Amino acid sequence: MDSTTLVAIASIVTAGLTIALGSIGPALGEGRAVATALSSLAQQPDAATTITRTLFVGLAMIESIAIYCFVVSMILIFANPFWNHVIAQAAGK
Amino acid sequence: MHLSPDDIVFWRHGFLELNATIAYTWGLMLVLAVGSRLVTRRLSTGLERSRWQNLLEIVVTGIERQIAEVGLKRPEKYLGFLGTLFLFVATASLFTIVPGYEPPTGSLSTTAALAICVFVAVPLFGIEESGLGGYLRAYLKPTFIMLPFNIISELSRTLALAVRLFGNMMSGTMILAILLTITPFVFPIAMSALGLLTGMVQAYIFSILATVYIAAATRTREPRPGLEG
Repeated sequence: MDSTTLVAIASIVTAGLTIALGSIGPALGEGRAVATALSSLAQQPDAATTITRTLFVGLAMIESIAIYCFVVSMILIFANPFWNHVIAQAAGK
Repeated sequence: MHLSPDDIVFWRHGFLELNATIAYTWGLMLVLAVGSRLVTRRLSTGLERSRWQNLLEIVVTGIERQIAEVGLKRPEKYLGFLGTLFLFVATASLFTIVPGYEPPTGSLSTTAALAICVFVAVPLFGIEESGLGGYLRAYLKPTFIMLPFNIISELSRTLALAVRLFGNMMSGTMILAILLTITPFVFPIAMSALGLLTGMVQAYIFSILATVYIAAATRTREPRPGLEG
Protein backbone atom coordinates (compact mmCIF):
# COMPACT_ATOMS: atom_id res chain seq x y z
CA MET A 1 0.00 0.00 0.00
CA ASP A 2 1.81 3.11 -1.14
CA SER A 3 1.67 6.46 0.57
CA THR A 4 -0.97 7.88 -1.78
CA THR A 5 -3.45 5.18 -0.82
CA LEU A 6 -2.57 5.48 2.85
CA VAL A 7 -3.11 9.24 2.92
CA ALA A 8 -6.40 8.87 1.06
CA ILE A 9 -7.71 6.15 3.39
CA ALA A 10 -6.64 8.00 6.53
CA SER A 11 -8.16 11.28 5.35
CA ILE A 12 -11.51 9.82 4.38
CA VAL A 13 -11.89 7.65 7.48
CA THR A 14 -10.83 10.46 9.79
CA ALA A 15 -13.19 12.92 8.10
CA GLY A 16 -16.13 10.59 8.57
CA LEU A 17 -15.24 9.76 12.17
CA THR A 18 -14.65 13.41 13.05
CA ILE A 19 -18.08 14.58 12.06
CA ALA A 20 -19.80 11.45 13.33
CA LEU A 21 -18.32 11.51 16.82
CA GLY A 22 -18.20 15.28 16.94
CA SER A 23 -21.93 15.75 16.54
CA ILE A 24 -22.97 13.39 19.34
CA GLY A 25 -21.85 15.58 22.23
CA PRO A 26 -23.29 18.89 21.01
CA ALA A 27 -26.58 17.25 20.09
CA LEU A 28 -26.99 15.77 23.56
CA GLY A 29 -25.93 19.02 25.19
CA GLU A 30 -28.33 21.10 23.12
CA GLY A 31 -31.18 18.72 23.90
CA ARG A 32 -30.58 19.12 27.62
CA ALA A 33 -30.25 22.89 27.29
CA VAL A 34 -33.54 23.26 25.44
CA ALA A 35 -35.33 20.88 27.84
CA THR A 36 -34.16 22.89 30.85
CA ALA A 37 -35.08 26.15 29.13
CA LEU A 38 -38.57 24.86 28.38
CA SER A 39 -39.16 23.77 31.96
CA SER A 40 -37.94 27.12 33.32
CA LEU A 41 -40.17 28.91 30.78
CA ALA A 42 -43.09 26.89 32.13
CA GLN A 43 -42.19 27.89 35.67
CA GLN A 44 -41.62 31.61 34.95
CA PRO A 45 -43.28 32.74 31.74
CA ASP A 46 -42.64 36.44 32.33
CA ALA A 47 -38.88 35.94 32.20
CA ALA A 48 -39.36 34.61 28.69
CA THR A 49 -37.13 37.11 26.87
CA THR A 50 -34.19 36.61 29.21
CA ILE A 51 -34.53 32.85 29.11
CA THR A 52 -34.84 32.81 25.32
CA ARG A 53 -31.87 35.06 24.80
CA THR A 54 -29.69 33.08 27.21
CA LEU A 55 -30.86 29.88 25.57
CA PHE A 56 -29.82 31.10 22.13
CA VAL A 57 -26.42 32.25 23.33
CA GLY A 58 -25.86 28.93 25.10
CA LEU A 59 -26.97 26.99 22.04
CA ALA A 60 -24.54 28.93 19.87
CA MET A 61 -21.67 28.12 22.20
CA ILE A 62 -22.56 24.43 22.20
CA GLU A 63 -23.05 24.48 18.44
CA SER A 64 -19.54 25.85 17.90
CA ILE A 65 -18.07 22.52 18.98
CA ALA A 66 -19.95 20.79 16.20
CA ILE A 67 -18.88 23.54 13.82
CA TYR A 68 -15.22 22.99 14.71
CA CYS A 69 -15.58 19.27 13.93
CA PHE A 70 -17.34 20.12 10.67
CA VAL A 71 -14.59 22.52 9.65
CA VAL A 72 -11.90 19.91 10.36
CA SER A 73 -13.85 17.39 8.33
CA MET A 74 -14.17 19.78 5.41
CA ILE A 75 -10.47 20.58 5.54
CA LEU A 76 -9.66 16.88 5.43
CA ILE A 77 -11.84 16.34 2.39
CA PHE A 78 -11.37 19.52 0.35
CA ALA A 79 -8.27 21.36 1.49
CA ASN A 80 -6.09 18.49 2.67
CA PRO A 81 -2.42 19.55 2.63
CA PHE A 82 -1.15 15.97 2.87
CA TRP A 83 -3.26 14.91 -0.08
CA ASN A 84 -2.08 17.91 -2.11
CA HIS A 85 1.52 17.10 -1.26
CA VAL A 86 1.13 13.46 -2.24
CA ILE A 87 -0.68 14.36 -5.47
CA ALA A 88 2.03 16.89 -6.35
CA GLN A 89 4.62 14.19 -5.80
CA ALA A 90 2.72 11.69 -7.94
CA ALA A 91 2.24 14.28 -10.69
CA GLY A 92 5.92 15.21 -10.62
CA LYS A 93 7.06 11.60 -11.01
CA MET B 1 -14.80 22.34 -4.58
CA HIS B 2 -16.03 25.87 -4.12
CA LEU B 3 -15.40 26.51 -0.44
CA SER B 4 -15.76 30.26 -0.16
CA PRO B 5 -16.34 33.35 -2.29
CA ASP B 6 -12.56 33.83 -2.21
CA ASP B 7 -12.33 31.34 -5.08
CA ILE B 8 -14.14 33.61 -7.55
CA VAL B 9 -11.51 36.09 -8.69
CA PHE B 10 -12.49 39.00 -10.91
CA TRP B 11 -9.10 40.61 -11.34
CA ARG B 12 -5.60 39.86 -10.20
CA HIS B 13 -2.36 41.84 -10.29
CA GLY B 14 0.59 40.32 -8.50
CA PHE B 15 -0.64 39.41 -5.04
CA LEU B 16 -3.52 41.92 -5.12
CA GLU B 17 -6.73 40.36 -6.19
CA LEU B 18 -10.32 41.45 -6.43
CA ASN B 19 -12.34 38.43 -5.47
CA ALA B 20 -16.04 37.94 -4.91
CA THR B 21 -15.71 38.43 -1.15
CA ILE B 22 -14.41 41.97 -1.55
CA ALA B 23 -16.92 42.78 -4.28
CA TYR B 24 -19.91 41.53 -2.28
CA THR B 25 -18.69 43.23 0.90
CA TRP B 26 -18.46 46.56 -0.87
CA GLY B 27 -21.85 45.97 -2.46
CA LEU B 28 -23.35 45.37 1.00
CA MET B 29 -21.66 48.49 2.37
CA LEU B 30 -23.03 50.50 -0.55
CA VAL B 31 -26.57 49.23 -0.01
CA LEU B 32 -26.50 49.84 3.75
CA ALA B 33 -24.87 53.28 3.59
CA VAL B 34 -26.78 54.65 0.60
CA GLY B 35 -30.06 53.17 1.82
CA SER B 36 -29.70 54.70 5.27
CA ARG B 37 -28.68 58.04 3.78
CA LEU B 38 -31.74 58.08 1.54
CA VAL B 39 -34.06 57.20 4.40
CA THR B 40 -32.64 59.69 6.90
CA ARG B 41 -32.50 62.61 4.50
CA ARG B 42 -35.82 63.94 5.75
CA LEU B 43 -36.33 62.74 9.27
CA SER B 44 -39.59 63.73 10.93
CA THR B 45 -40.18 63.82 14.66
CA GLY B 46 -43.95 64.17 14.41
CA LEU B 47 -46.61 61.53 14.07
CA GLU B 48 -46.28 61.39 10.28
CA ARG B 49 -43.24 59.46 9.21
CA SER B 50 -42.26 57.36 6.27
CA ARG B 51 -42.34 53.60 6.40
CA TRP B 52 -38.59 53.30 5.97
CA GLN B 53 -37.93 55.65 8.84
CA ASN B 54 -40.24 53.54 10.96
CA LEU B 55 -38.32 50.44 9.99
CA LEU B 56 -34.98 51.99 10.83
CA GLU B 57 -36.33 53.25 14.17
CA ILE B 58 -37.60 49.77 15.04
CA VAL B 59 -34.21 48.27 14.23
CA VAL B 60 -32.18 50.88 16.11
CA THR B 61 -34.36 50.93 19.25
CA GLY B 62 -34.49 47.14 19.23
CA ILE B 63 -30.72 46.88 19.18
CA GLU B 64 -30.42 49.56 21.87
CA ARG B 65 -32.85 47.70 24.10
CA GLN B 66 -30.95 44.43 23.65
CA ILE B 67 -27.69 46.13 24.58
CA ALA B 68 -29.28 47.62 27.70
CA GLU B 69 -30.76 44.25 28.66
CA VAL B 70 -27.36 42.58 28.60
CA GLY B 71 -26.24 45.08 31.19
CA LEU B 72 -24.40 47.93 29.50
CA LYS B 73 -25.27 51.13 31.31
CA ARG B 74 -25.20 53.59 28.39
CA PRO B 75 -26.15 51.68 25.24
CA GLU B 76 -25.78 54.66 22.91
CA LYS B 77 -22.01 54.55 23.38
CA TYR B 78 -21.80 51.02 22.00
CA LEU B 79 -24.72 51.21 19.59
CA GLY B 80 -22.56 52.18 16.63
CA PHE B 81 -20.16 49.27 16.89
CA LEU B 82 -22.55 46.53 17.98
CA GLY B 83 -25.35 47.69 15.70
CA THR B 84 -23.02 47.71 12.72
CA LEU B 85 -21.85 44.18 13.53
CA PHE B 86 -25.40 42.92 13.68
CA LEU B 87 -26.59 44.78 10.57
CA PHE B 88 -23.62 43.74 8.46
CA VAL B 89 -23.86 40.04 9.29
CA ALA B 90 -27.65 40.08 9.03
CA THR B 91 -27.78 41.75 5.61
CA ALA B 92 -24.89 39.58 4.41
CA SER B 93 -27.10 36.59 5.09
CA LEU B 94 -30.36 38.24 3.98
CA PHE B 95 -29.14 38.98 0.48
CA THR B 96 -28.91 35.29 -0.42
CA ILE B 97 -32.36 36.00 -1.78
CA VAL B 98 -30.60 37.74 -4.66
CA PRO B 99 -29.56 35.10 -7.22
CA GLY B 100 -25.87 34.76 -7.88
CA TYR B 101 -24.95 36.21 -4.50
CA GLU B 102 -22.84 34.50 -1.87
CA PRO B 103 -22.52 35.85 1.65
CA PRO B 104 -19.03 37.30 2.18
CA THR B 105 -19.19 36.00 5.74
CA GLY B 106 -18.73 32.57 4.19
CA SER B 107 -15.07 33.43 3.83
CA LEU B 108 -12.77 33.04 6.82
CA SER B 109 -11.12 36.38 6.01
CA THR B 110 -14.30 38.36 6.63
CA THR B 111 -15.22 36.57 9.85
CA ALA B 112 -11.66 36.78 11.13
CA ALA B 113 -11.68 40.51 10.42
CA LEU B 114 -14.95 40.95 12.32
CA ALA B 115 -13.64 38.88 15.24
CA ILE B 116 -10.43 40.93 15.35
CA CYS B 117 -12.57 44.08 15.44
CA VAL B 118 -14.30 42.71 18.55
CA PHE B 119 -10.96 41.64 20.01
CA VAL B 120 -9.63 45.19 19.65
CA ALA B 121 -12.85 46.90 20.73
CA VAL B 122 -13.23 45.06 24.05
CA PRO B 123 -10.00 46.42 25.63
CA LEU B 124 -10.71 49.86 24.12
CA PHE B 125 -14.11 50.07 25.77
CA GLY B 126 -12.76 48.54 28.98
CA ILE B 127 -9.90 51.04 29.23
CA GLU B 128 -12.27 53.89 28.41
CA GLU B 129 -14.49 52.80 31.27
CA SER B 130 -12.09 51.86 34.05
CA GLY B 131 -8.70 53.22 32.98
CA LEU B 132 -5.67 51.24 31.84
CA GLY B 133 -4.69 50.09 35.33
CA GLY B 134 -8.21 49.11 36.28
CA TYR B 135 -8.69 47.13 33.10
CA LEU B 136 -5.37 45.30 33.36
CA ARG B 137 -6.01 44.54 37.01
CA ALA B 138 -9.14 42.68 35.99
CA TYR B 139 -6.95 40.04 34.38
CA LEU B 140 -5.60 39.19 37.82
CA LYS B 141 -9.07 38.45 39.20
CA PRO B 142 -9.89 36.23 41.04
CA THR B 143 -6.23 35.31 41.69
CA PHE B 144 -3.08 36.19 39.78
CA ILE B 145 -2.62 32.50 38.89
CA MET B 146 -5.54 32.97 36.51
CA LEU B 147 -3.60 35.45 34.36
CA PRO B 148 -2.53 32.99 31.60
CA PHE B 149 -5.99 31.43 31.56
CA ASN B 150 -7.66 34.80 31.19
CA ILE B 151 -5.38 35.70 28.29
CA ILE B 152 -5.95 32.33 26.63
CA SER B 153 -9.69 32.70 27.04
CA GLU B 154 -9.54 36.12 25.34
CA LEU B 155 -7.73 34.67 22.35
CA SER B 156 -9.81 31.52 22.12
CA ARG B 157 -13.15 33.30 22.21
CA THR B 158 -12.00 35.56 19.36
CA LEU B 159 -11.09 32.45 17.38
CA ALA B 160 -14.42 30.89 18.33
CA LEU B 161 -16.32 33.95 17.09
CA ALA B 162 -14.59 33.79 13.73
CA VAL B 163 -14.88 30.04 13.19
CA ARG B 164 -18.49 29.86 14.41
CA LEU B 165 -19.71 32.45 11.92
CA PHE B 166 -17.56 31.08 9.11
CA GLY B 167 -18.65 27.49 9.73
CA ASN B 168 -22.34 28.35 9.82
CA MET B 169 -22.26 30.46 6.65
CA MET B 170 -19.98 28.15 4.72
CA SER B 171 -21.97 25.07 5.56
CA GLY B 172 -25.16 26.76 4.40
CA THR B 173 -23.75 27.61 0.98
CA MET B 174 -22.03 24.24 0.65
CA ILE B 175 -25.20 22.28 1.44
CA LEU B 176 -26.99 24.39 -1.16
CA ALA B 177 -24.33 23.70 -3.78
CA ILE B 178 -24.35 19.96 -3.10
CA LEU B 179 -28.14 19.75 -3.16
CA LEU B 180 -28.30 21.66 -6.44
CA THR B 181 -26.37 18.85 -8.10
CA ILE B 182 -28.64 16.17 -6.63
CA THR B 183 -32.25 17.44 -6.53
CA PRO B 184 -32.32 20.76 -8.32
CA PHE B 185 -35.89 21.77 -7.64
CA VAL B 186 -37.52 21.69 -4.22
CA PHE B 187 -34.89 20.87 -1.62
CA PRO B 188 -32.51 23.74 -2.41
CA ILE B 189 -35.32 26.19 -1.66
CA ALA B 190 -35.96 24.61 1.75
CA MET B 191 -32.23 24.59 2.52
CA SER B 192 -31.96 28.19 1.38
CA ALA B 193 -34.71 29.16 3.82
CA LEU B 194 -32.91 27.28 6.58
CA GLY B 195 -29.72 29.07 5.62
CA LEU B 196 -31.52 32.42 5.95
CA LEU B 197 -32.74 31.46 9.42
CA THR B 198 -29.33 30.35 10.65
CA GLY B 199 -27.79 33.48 9.14
CA MET B 200 -30.11 35.69 11.17
CA VAL B 201 -29.52 33.67 14.33
CA GLN B 202 -25.76 33.81 13.82
CA ALA B 203 -25.90 37.57 13.29
CA TYR B 204 -27.78 37.90 16.59
CA ILE B 205 -25.37 35.52 18.34
CA PHE B 206 -22.30 37.38 17.05
CA SER B 207 -23.52 40.77 18.24
CA ILE B 208 -24.86 39.46 21.56
CA LEU B 209 -21.55 37.75 22.30
CA ALA B 210 -19.67 40.93 21.45
CA THR B 211 -22.05 42.79 23.81
CA VAL B 212 -21.46 40.26 26.59
CA TYR B 213 -17.67 40.51 26.19
CA ILE B 214 -17.81 44.30 26.30
CA ALA B 215 -20.14 44.19 29.31
CA ALA B 216 -17.72 41.85 31.09
CA ALA B 217 -14.84 44.21 30.38
CA THR B 218 -16.68 47.37 31.46
CA ARG B 219 -18.35 46.02 34.58
CA THR B 220 -17.93 48.59 37.35
CA ARG B 221 -15.78 47.06 40.03
CA GLU B 222 -17.48 47.20 43.41
CA PRO B 223 -15.29 48.83 46.07
CA ARG B 224 -13.69 46.18 48.23
CA PRO B 225 -15.30 45.88 51.69
CA GLY B 226 -13.17 47.35 54.43
CA LEU B 227 -11.96 50.32 52.40
CA GLU B 228 -14.90 52.47 53.49
CA GLY B 229 -14.61 54.03 56.92
